[in-house]
Amino acid sequence: MLRKLLIGTALGSGLAFAAHAQDVKEVEMLHWWTSGGEAAALNVLKEDLAKQGFAWKDVPVAGGGGDAAMTALKAMVAAGNYPTASQMLGYTVLDYAAAGVMGDLTETAVKEGWDKSVPAALQKFSVYDGKWVAAPVNVHSVNWLWINKAVMDKIGGTEPKTFDEFIALLDKAKAAGVIPLALGGQNWQEATMFDSVVLSTGGPEFYKKAFNDLDEEQLKSDTMKKSFDNLAKLVTYVDPNFSGRDWNLATAMVIKGDALVQVMGDWAKGEFNAAKKTPGTDFLCYRFPGTDGSVVYNSDMFGMFDVPEDRKAAQAALATATLSKSFQSAFNVVKGSVPARTDVPDTDFDACGKKGMADLKAANEGGTLFGSLAQGYGAPPAVANAYKDVVSKFVHGQIKTSDEAVTQLVNAIEDAK
Amino acid sequence: MTTVATQIKLTPEHNARPGASVRSRLQDALPKIVLAPSFAITIVFVYGFILWTVYLSFTNSKTFPSYALTGPRAYQRLWRWTFESDPPSSWYTSITNMGIFGFLYIFICLALGLFLAILLDQKIRGEGMLRPIYLYPMALSFIVTGVAWKWFLDPGLGLEQTLHQWGWTSFHFDWIKNKDFVIYTVVIAGVWQASGFIMAMFLAGLRGIDGEIMKAAQIDGATTVQLYRRIVIPLLRPVFLSAFIVLAHLAIKSYDLVVALTSGGPGGSAWLPSNFMYEYTFKRNEMAVGSASAVIMLMTITAIIVPYLYSELRERPR
Repeated sequence: MLRKLLIGTALGSGLAFAAHAQDVKEVEMLHWWTSGGEAAALNVLKEDLAKQGFAWKDVPVAGGGGDAAMTALKAMVAAGNYPTASQMLGYTVLDYAAAGVMGDLTETAVKEGWDKSVPAALQKFSVYDGKWVAAPVNVHSVNWLWINKAVMDKIGGTEPKTFDEFIALLDKAKAAGVIPLALGGQNWQEATMFDSVVLSTGGPEFYKKAFNDLDEEQLKSDTMKKSFDNLAKLVTYVDPNFSGRDWNLATAMVIKGDALVQVMGDWAKGEFNAAKKTPGTDFLCYRFPGTDGSVVYNSDMFGMFDVPEDRKAAQAALATATLSKSFQSAFNVVKGSVPARTDVPDTDFDACGKKGMADLKAANEGGTLFGSLAQGYGAPPAVANAYKDVVSKFVHGQIKTSDEAVTQLVNAIEDAK
Repeated sequence: MTTVATQIKLTPEHNARPGASVRSRLQDALPKIVLAPSFAITIVFVYGFILWTVYLSFTNSKTFPSYALTGPRAYQRLWRWTFESDPPSSWYTSITNMGIFGFLYIFICLALGLFLAILLDQKIRGEGMLRPIYLYPMALSFIVTGVAWKWFLDPGLGLEQTLHQWGWTSFHFDWIKNKDFVIYTVVIAGVWQASGFIMAMFLAGLRGIDGEIMKAAQIDGATTVQLYRRIVIPLLRPVFLSAFIVLAHLAIKSYDLVVALTSGGPGGSAWLPSNFMYEYTFKRNEMAVGSASAVIMLMTITAIIVPYLYSELRERPR
């Protein structure tokens, strides 16, 4: 038995040694894009890499969803067994970079000119200490309204340009007997909507100072109180059964015409697409009233780990393919988001996608591209979750007034810093 | 295994004593050898990690463990949160929910389980069929129970909707959507799942009671109520102990039920300490706070279970 073991070990190390001499033609990838549309979109990348001779290996994640994947990643990294790359969000990339486990893509980045084509706000998360550590895949923006066109026509509504017009539109829907606002009462959905409300109420400057710089003066200002009051107004337009509902069920309410509008990030468009609905004829996409010209974003990134030398070539190929114009276009058309570089042609995108891309470009140039606090791009997870707690407790009535909400917000953020 | 085998082979050469004594010595050592691996695994993976968690709770670990001790800051935060009741902090919600859930869950399960067991023990027909029906929910995972009850209790989908369609339009039952009542829906689902199992435990206990005692009591003129109150239930005391321990640990580790049934409840109002621990350790990257809450959970369980076990087990030898 011992001899067998010895032989086995010898063979094994021999194999490993032989493999070391040559590059490993394989990318090992941890991600949670397993649903139909997402998996199809990712297939484009797999095929790109297959053409160059790189095999694709998924890291299996039990349970699905981002949380399970992040727990799995933590375990892999703690064991020193890094995947080639992993789907990551916002501050997670920076956390891992600070722990010194991320690779260095700067060479590829310089060659491909990412510095110029990727929006500066995104580079805050993909560049650490002057080194590129992640390849952004897409940009989602959260300040959108998704409206059922048939219901809109029935009640004779027009695009709301200000918050008051939005309230008037919701009133019309209420009078016509449809649920005005489809909302899923989970903390991240409520907070995602509140991101837009704050941007609309206080304007871009205010949003940046309060939710990206976490300036205490702004957090406890009257503008923030007004934002909470506006949120309270919006919540009066949801159906009584909203608590705990999943976001895609809320989208389905709009698709079916049970509800007029949902405030949600552009991943909601994927649901409309899956239901074979066309923008302009079946549904409408407007910016959240009063936020036109600004984009509150979040972004999926492929974090690149510090893999052994023999895997670096595969990693560089993956990064190059991820930010190639063809993949950026093909992937984002399916996903509902917009490309993470601003120089991709918008020919394949639908009307909403085209608007999203134009908005992103304008926001990038005008300095009005902000990280979404609810989606973990405004502040580290501890702060973002404390924020979600406060918003959710306000929506569900544990926190009763906007005064109290503001005090709680300041305390919670201070506590979590 | 290889090392053990080698030792056995080697020993006769080095040992002057005859083989029989080696064999008997080996026989003496065998239980220890067999138990050693599982003992070692338990030491490391249970008690080792408990110590590690305690250690982490005194650091300022965030996303990853950090090993520099920085004092009891995590406990100070939890202590402060313990008294933040308006608006309730997440920790305050978690521990009050634990109190409500733990008490009601254990109490109702014991009461219902005993009641059903007594009914089933009346030598009724079809007992063989009824018993598995009550027992079956225990075979389901908490996730299944949670999802099924979530649908059943959802006002737009389940019970309320159905009764409205049948014409009882004034019926109103929205506990699962209500921040003040959502924890009671967790109790309902939990009791539904566990009470059948507790019933089976009590039933086994009832069957173990000597029929002679019952007959003697009946001859002495005891009524049925007296019979159960004075004789049967006191005799079931060891069963109460086992049932209590089973229920207490189920209550403390109910994490999945809350997630599947309520996904945390409106504004996080259905959280239990285990949800708090997971949320802070893995989602908020506050590993120190998560560890501290885990330590407090352990302390609480110890404080309840150890005196109870001590008082119950000490009386046995008498």
